[in-house]
Amino acid sequence: MFRRLWADDLSATIFLDGRPVLCRPGDSVAAALLAAGVERFRTTPVSGADRMPYCMIGNCFDCLMEIDGQADRQACLVTVAEGMQVCSQFGTGSFGTL
Amino acid sequence: MTATNAIVIGGGIHGCCTALHLALRGMRPIVLEKNTVGRHASGVNAGGVRQLMRHAAEVPLSMAAMDRWERLDDLLGPKLAKDCEFIGGIGQIGIAASEAEMDWCQTRVAEMRSLGHAFEEVIDAKELRRLVPGAADICRGGIISRRDGHANPFRTTQSFRLRAEQLGVRIMERTRVTGLEQGDGGWTVMTDSGVLRSDIVVNCGGAWAWQVAAMIGEHFPSTHFASTLMVTSRMPHFIDPVVIGIDRVLSFKQTEAGTVVIGGGILGDPDLNAETADTVADRMVVSAQTVYDFFPILRRATIVRSWAGLEALMPDVIPVIGPSQVARNLWHAFGFSGHGFQLGPIVGSVIADLVADGQSAIPIAAFSPARFSAATGTPR
Amino acid sequence: MTVARTNCELAIVGGGPAGLAAAALAAELGVETVLFDEQPTPGGQVYRNIEANSRRHDALRDILGGDYAKGLALAERFRRSGAGYEPLTAIWQVSAGGKLGVSQNGKAYLTKAGRVILATGAMERPFPIPGWTLPGVMGAGAAQTLMKASGIVPDRPTIIAGSGPLTYLVAFQLLTAGAPLHGIIDTSEKGLFETGLAALPLLSSFAGDLLKGLSWIVALGKARVPFFRGRNLAAEGVSRLEAVSFDSGGRRHRLPASLLLVHEGVVPNNQITASLRCRHVWDVGQTAWHPQTDKWGATSTELIAVAGDGAGIAGARSAVHRGRLAALDAACRLGRISRTERDERALPERRAVQRENRFRAFLNSAYHPTEAVRWLADDTIACRCEEVTAGELRALISEGFTDINQLKSFSRCGMGQCQGRMCAGTVARLMSDSLKSDIESVGYYRLRLPIKPLPVAQLAELGNADRDSRPLLPVVEGDPSQRI
Repeated sequence: MFRRLWADDLSATIFLDGRPVLCRPGDSVAAALLAAGVERFRTTPVSGADRMPYCMIGNCFDCLMEIDGQADRQACLVTVAEGMQVCSQFGTGSFGTL
Repeated sequence: MTATNAIVIGGGIHGCCTALHLALRGMRPIVLEKNTVGRHASGVNAGGVRQLMRHAAEVPLSMAAMDRWERLDDLLGPKLAKDCEFIGGIGQIGIAASEAEMDWCQTRVAEMRSLGHAFEEVIDAKELRRLVPGAADICRGGIISRRDGHANPFRTTQSFRLRAEQLGVRIMERTRVTGLEQGDGGWTVMTDSGVLRSDIVVNCGGAWAWQVAAMIGEHFPSTHFASTLMVTSRMPHFIDPVVIGIDRVLSFKQTEAGTVVIGGGILGDPDLNAETADTVADRMVVSAQTVYDFFPILRRATIVRSWAGLEALMPDVIPVIGPSQVARNLWHAFGFSGHGFQLGPIVGSVIADLVADGQSAIPIAAFSPARFSAATGTPR
Repeated sequence: MTVARTNCELAIVGGGPAGLAAAALAAELGVETVLFDEQPTPGGQVYRNIEANSRRHDALRDILGGDYAKGLALAERFRRSGAGYEPLTAIWQVSAGGKLGVSQNGKAYLTKAGRVILATGAMERPFPIPGWTLPGVMGAGAAQTLMKASGIVPDRPTIIAGSGPLTYLVAFQLLTAGAPLHGIIDTSEKGLFETGLAALPLLSSFAGDLLKGLSWIVALGKARVPFFRGRNLAAEGVSRLEAVSFDSGGRRHRLPASLLLVHEGVVPNNQITASLRCRHVWDVGQTAWHPQTDKWGATSTELIAVAGDGAGIAGARSAVHRGRLAALDAACRLGRISRTERDERALPERRAVQRENRFRAFLNSAYHPTEAVRWLADDTIACRCEEVTAGELRALISEGFTDINQLKSFSRCGMGQCQGRMCAGTVARLMSDSLKSDIESVGYYRLRLPIKPLPVAQLAELGNADRDSRPLLPVVEGDPSQRI
């Protein structure tokens, strides 16, 4: 759904549910995933509906994901870091040990 | 001028329940609520339906209340009963994390047995882990009341309100009582939206009940406080019982929605005049630490909200239930000191018994307003 | 965060134009200032990523235009000023006593500030239509953020719907960037063109702004982007957006689309002032709440000021001057400058604010939000987090609820992760419409800490909490059976 205006400097790698995603250092996790064609960031705990970011500035919380083991993180406010492990958050999330 | 035979001051759970039971006895009560129904302690408490670790004086009342909780259908009808989201029989557990706390559990259970109450029992670490699989190794066992559970406080109060209205009770929200006078024709109740007349008055004013009493010259050593609760985002289901601390500050439960409600008596900053309270981060740390220690699963939970409800506090931490010591045809039911929600379905019927029959089958002598000197407000 | 930052004279929340201007001036006046911001670099949303984009990416500069480029000077002056800077930092509480709850790098702290300037800016007004929770529906501002922050643009059929200048600006920018723009649906009563032309003589000093707006429309027309004046929008699709439908010219239209960008103007981001119970007023012209402030931005809460769009929408240019006014007042209260100096230095800033206010008054009349809430079908989701529909809320209102917090307590609307940000305005409007009562009497969600969700682990390990703040009732200490 999105493309990058310039594709240089895709030098960082994060992992979405174990799959590598190339991104530009400085990208937010949400931007990097949208650029990589990801549409379902999470499902809602109430009806299980798919969600994608709506606001991109920290207000809508539809980009909630599990990032490096912490559930409920706002992917639009987290900057990518090499090797970061990102998981789609299904419903209430897994909370690691559950 | 509006005239009726009963006015209940305060639209919390006790006020709504009292009006409901007065209506069942053929009266046409009016409830006067200065804000909206369930605005303070009734609507924003932790929702615990608990007999566990109660003050001995409250036990008979609490047991009678539990009977009512288990038969909400009879009183409210199936829809309104279901709306309360009451879940019983899952147990409330006081978790012991030290030998001293285990000893306290043994002593407590022995004392309760000597009073003839067998609903509490001591459980060991194995039974605790069977009931609460996520408990950390530091949890050694504890004390349980298996009949206990929890409900949704705002929805429960709303159900009592709607049932009362079905029975002909009139609820006047945003109506503040400014004065009370007794004359030959009964009570004149002044409010900021008009004057009402009534044969009897019941004071269910919660944190503000002492102000109502003061209007008739009856003074109670009542103070107020704001108990803080914090709530996580929805989590996968991981616990059924309600858990409370013994020496440590903790109370928590997982609601129907999956959110975990964490409390235990951490204080917020109450503002009686602004009729609200702020929560204080510095104090919530203690509760978060205990949660963190007892339930490692919760380390990754996020706190989404916190709240603090304003509640009356009596010096002996048990309520005032009974007739006024200075005026006829006025009864008090307030001062629940942070544990009144479970008593919600019973206190109104006790008051209705007192009004109609002059006595209650449930022992309530310990709650008599007479235990405080009416003149000076000091304990007798 | 350093230990020194757990105490400061002036804390500023938000790194957009108001926050940057306030921080720079306060620091220049010798006030020990720290600016906290959620973003990684200065600029806020309007000047998002301004430093990096100014250094490279000429293509993006052409797309974003000259107004955007003006943000660089602001960021540079801030960097030079000596103000402290804590980026990638969430503020989860601001207390009336000036205590800030700060979360950074997975750790939480408390910071005590002598004075606080909130420069939390604006957010796009949530636009509740059927299907707006589907993947493929975003704010127009969100698409702009993607462009600014990462040079990312749509490459599948895109439709922009809504009202207000940003609708056309984003459409123009996407067109310039080569995005496949398949339609613009203007939901406003009157068009920008008509209103603009009518107002031109009265607003001659803003001719540049108006002509700029008209030039976007001309460019979009030249590119033959289909244009509709539409109402009753719906996002259609099963698991993602497939088409946009709407009423226009007496019939229902349906346009296939991969991406729908919606915009109905912006509203103040007042989560913090609401949690502080600062006095708020309902702005009829902007159809939004904002905190009541004096001419320096000071709120009804002693230590707290608001600068920029957070105190009422007036735009980025105005925000700079409002930021400086708040900084001058802070410097005066903190003893760095005299009242006389404050007042003298304030004169040009105040004149600039007044000038911008005239333009804003015009925009408010031209772009009154299109009352999307009045179109709310019963099956439209009002609260995205808890998925509460307008119909459920209307049913509860008919049962007798008259305060927005009762709806919240009963239905869970506003209790979810976004803490009411996305539904507060919608639910308040819906309630006041249903009850035919003032929006003031319906009220606002009661908000308390944390105003951003906070992991339990961070709270449990909260640095520098006051351990002597008497967490418990004295009467229950030592007797577990009295535990409440």
